[in-house]
Amino acid sequence: MNNDDVPADKPRGTSGPLLPILNQPSTRRTALKVAGAALGLAAFGQAISPLWSIPENISVDEFLQRHYKELSDDDKQRIFRRLEAETKQELGIEVTIFDPPPIPGVRFGYAINLSKCNGNGKCMEACNKENNHHRGVDQSYIRVLEMPKGSMDMEQGNTTYDHAVPQDDKFYMPVQCQQCENPPCVSACPVEATWREDDGIVVVDYNWCIGCRYCEAACPYHARRFNWEEPEIPADEVNPNQGYLSNRIRPQGTMEKCHFCLHRTREGRLPACLEACPTGARVFGDLNDPESDINWVLKNKRVFVLKEELGTRPNFFYFFDS
Amino acid sequence: MRVPGEIAMTRRRRRRRSVVVGLLVCATAAGWYAGSASRGAGQVDAQSSKQSTANTRDVQRTVENSPSSMRRFAVSIRKPEGPPRVITGLTDLHGNPVTAACSTCHSTRKPNSTNRTAQDLNEFHGNLKISHGAISCLSCHNGEDYDALKLADGRRLEFTEVMTLCAQCHGPQMKAYEHGAHGGMTGHWDLSRGPQVKNNCVDCHNPHAPQFPKMQPTFKPKDRFLEPPRTAH
Repeated sequence: MNNDDVPADKPRGTSGPLLPILNQPSTRRTALKVAGAALGLAAFGQAISPLWSIPENISVDEFLQRHYKELSDDDKQRIFRRLEAETKQELGIEVTIFDPPPIPGVRFGYAINLSKCNGNGKCMEACNKENNHHRGVDQSYIRVLEMPKGSMDMEQGNTTYDHAVPQDDKFYMPVQCQQCENPPCVSACPVEATWREDDGIVVVDYNWCIGCRYCEAACPYHARRFNWEEPEIPADEVNPNQGYLSNRIRPQGTMEKCHFCLHRTREGRLPACLEACPTGARVFGDLNDPESDINWVLKNKRVFVLKEELGTRPNFFYFFDS
Repeated sequence: MRVPGEIAMTRRRRRRRSVVVGLLVCATAAGWYAGSASRGAGQVDAQSSKQSTANTRDVQRTVENSPSSMRRFAVSIRKPEGPPRVITGLTDLHGNPVTAACSTCHSTRKPNSTNRTAQDLNEFHGNLKISHGAISCLSCHNGEDYDALKLADGRRLEFTEVMTLCAQCHGPQMKAYEHGAHGGMTGHWDLSRGPQVKNNCVDCHNPHAPQFPKMQPTFKPKDRFLEPPRTAH
């Protein structure tokens, strides 16, 4: 407004030196300016300091990787090769990462015969091995609940039983992702890192997930797991057949969940938990095929779904032999 | 009307802001440079992997093009090897155990259709655990040829076809089995893509005591809310 107030000796415009502050007389005001500038720089440095640790954990490529749905086929191939190379470097083993698409016209369904299931837990073990779970905590996408007969209250279920099974007054209910038609976990995710695919499988983009665990809280079946630790898997136990959206080794700090072994089932194979079940309690198949095993069960057994009142519409069914 | 001090402060603020903006611009430029550099490196990778991409697509196309109606893989059922052999407790000249066919002993003995339990047997098979309803030995075993089984109507049945025998009484289980709802299996759910192998009745059920045995769970995931966390977080 009034330029006459500006001291005449002050450098101005383009003619001044690069850092005008250096050229000023050493007054209290200059000292304050310097202190202010130093403080500002320090604060800025502190604010962006978390960025310094990024190069230690992930590569620039990984940091700049876009959402799964925005990746081109070439992008995907590049990412798969990078992940394969990283596994080779870290564990010294050859793995193959691929991304089977949903089979057109197929919608997966799963059913468990609770009269047959005896709670032996082989399904959990098979899941752990097939899906390259962290061995330190024996992670698995399945939990088998030991339930008192006559109750369907999951709160009464116990997962830590350690005695010969089955007990006469109990029944055993394996719970894993119910692959809901209306999945609360997908609505809860703030970054759209999880979504439902055309064959009904709810998947996670492990690289897009920010690890907020909202989906874990939203799931009424406790079907989602969080990678608290960097997974430890002995090199000779790593399953080298890895799906990008399924059983590849997940990074620490991401959510994961049962994906019906999509790296197997989208190739026409049966899920690992079904093959491992010694009681034959598990039935898997295509809900859109009227002749499929799963549809025979739906037509001939009195099936039910868990927590039907929530409106999640699971593609996972339970039944008892009558 | 502003006083001169205010103007100086505004300038100072403006200058500080310009420093921050400058730093931000620098950071962004550095990030863009790093990104473009890595993208450049990535393009080389993409070119080298283009060949393999094309190959993968070709494979997928061949799979998709094969019509499912034309090609259907088989569902096979595991079969027992044949008539069981009894271990005699003797060894041959090479040190191998000597086994005997059922008919070795039974061809010289008269069949007894009243035998129901192991207690009825005073010579052999005394340790056999039998818990299978009220049926007798000869309900299933063939009194005329002990190397085979016998259907309810008296017809002879090879040991390898034992499931036909089981299905005589266990119809609902057999029906569920035929629809994949009883008995374990491995292989493919989609028979246009691969075969399936199903367990035999006697893979899981002991014919003399068919109730599925009790098991001891061996695998337990360690949930954080049940056990002390292993890490600080």
